[in-house]
Amino acid sequence: MLLIHCPHCQEHRDEEEFSYGGEAHIVRPLEPDALNDQEWGDYLFFRTNSRGIHHEMWYHAVGCRRYFNATRNTVTYEILETYKTGTQPTITGANS
Amino acid sequence: MKKYSAFSLFKNALSYHENWQKVWRSPTPKKDYDVIVVGGGGHGLATAYYLAKVHGITNIAVIEKGYLGGGNTARNTTIIRSNYLWDEAAQLYDLSLKLWEGLSQELNYNVMFSQRGVLNLGHNLQDMRDIERRVNANRLNGIDGEVVSPERIKEIAPLINISRDSRYPILGASWQPRGGTARHDAVAWGYARGADALGVDLIQQTEVTGIRRKDGAVVGVETTGGFIGARKVACVTAGNSSVVAAMAGLRLPVESRPLQALVSEPVKPCLDTVVMSNAVHGYISQSDKGDLVIGAGVDSYNGYGQRGSFHVVEHTIQAICELFPAFSRVRMNRQWGGIVDTCPDACPIISKTSVEGLYFNCGWGTGGFKATPGSGYVFADTVANDRPHPLAAAFNIDRFNTGALIDEHGAAGVAH
Repeated sequence: MLLIHCPHCQEHRDEEEFSYGGEAHIVRPLEPDALNDQEWGDYLFFRTNSRGIHHEMWYHAVGCRRYFNATRNTVTYEILETYKTGTQPTITGANS
Repeated sequence: MKKYSAFSLFKNALSYHENWQKVWRSPTPKKDYDVIVVGGGGHGLATAYYLAKVHGITNIAVIEKGYLGGGNTARNTTIIRSNYLWDEAAQLYDLSLKLWEGLSQELNYNVMFSQRGVLNLGHNLQDMRDIERRVNANRLNGIDGEVVSPERIKEIAPLINISRDSRYPILGASWQPRGGTARHDAVAWGYARGADALGVDLIQQTEVTGIRRKDGAVVGVETTGGFIGARKVACVTAGNSSVVAAMAGLRLPVESRPLQALVSEPVKPCLDTVVMSNAVHGYISQSDKGDLVIGAGVDSYNGYGQRGSFHVVEHTIQAICELFPAFSRVRMNRQWGGIVDTCPDACPIISKTSVEGLYFNCGWGTGGFKATPGSGYVFADTVANDRPHPLAAAFNIDRFNTGALIDEHGAAGVAH
């Protein structure tokens, strides 16, 4: 069970209040029509799937209903930081 | 390899079972091999076995970082079925089911395959429409299946609650009589023994740490025991597939998630079939020891920690107690989490890669165990001939760029 700190609510809340949003900092292509199939498929489906430090989106579904990002270790499940969407993480790993 | 038989059992009884032949050797790795299989789980061992048996390639090593069949093969809910919706998936899983039917004889090893049937329950109108559609699709593909009524479900599994007053009333189910369960460890051990007898080197306690390439082609793997050369490297590493792919500079469309399951204390025989429910998210069967084997859904987040969140298990148990009120007093014995590599379309990747001589078999998600023989069979063919086996062609990694996905979220049984 994860205890997640919502940076909007400024509170630690139970994991069940949140839903997972997948890898963070994936930039939506500004001109999707300009992409070839390779690039579009890579954007849609291919992920880093880091073992270790991972930046990911969470959605505070039954709280403030806002997205934010978290830096989490995917082996120990320790959440190292949470930060608002649009800001950058302070903790980064080798393959993140 | 000495054949197992009633006679060998009798003969060894005379020497107090102290002189059985070792089930497999513990070889020192050679300098190089024709094929290296990375990962000694069920799929990897099956791949090595069929490479040796069907394609005559015996200069093979299977490299395993822990012990053989010690990952998800050792801990899963052992359900076998082939009632998948789309032609490509249905044919792959049914090839597997057909191989299961002769596997104990083929391997001379009792994999305890038991065709006790699989029920997939429907709890609302949309569930029932999906079930009817899937059963019809299955029958067109020559796969057995029928839509059964709540009364028939009650005959098959008498302890189930078919009351219309329950929280999730049971309106019907799909029933695949050829489905069932098998002994998970025996599958790995049987393939390992068979592969070893054909000359495959099974190298345990050795971790692959890098994939060495030269001019865009594989030349071998770096391991904790030093470099081992190979013309072809076949990776079958389930939850760690992305980690191994990164060693060759590749990215995969998979995400690793914890999948949990649990078993109860042993109880007397009370459930002689497999009951699954996609909507309330639980599946249950009873092992030969008497434990109730219960599977939960995947956790929502990425993880490699081989454990998941408690609330996932709790929701599954709620569903099971709703379906089988009699099980509410049963105490749970053990719980575990395995790491499964889930694909966006809930179908596996069996594929060549952009690196010459490097092959991947991954992305089986929550349902890889049932596919063990078929997966090994088509992957061995793909590796041996350096082109996709006809049944594996649709599962090429290219599909994520061409858009030809095979959406099996409905039949995968567990939401990804």
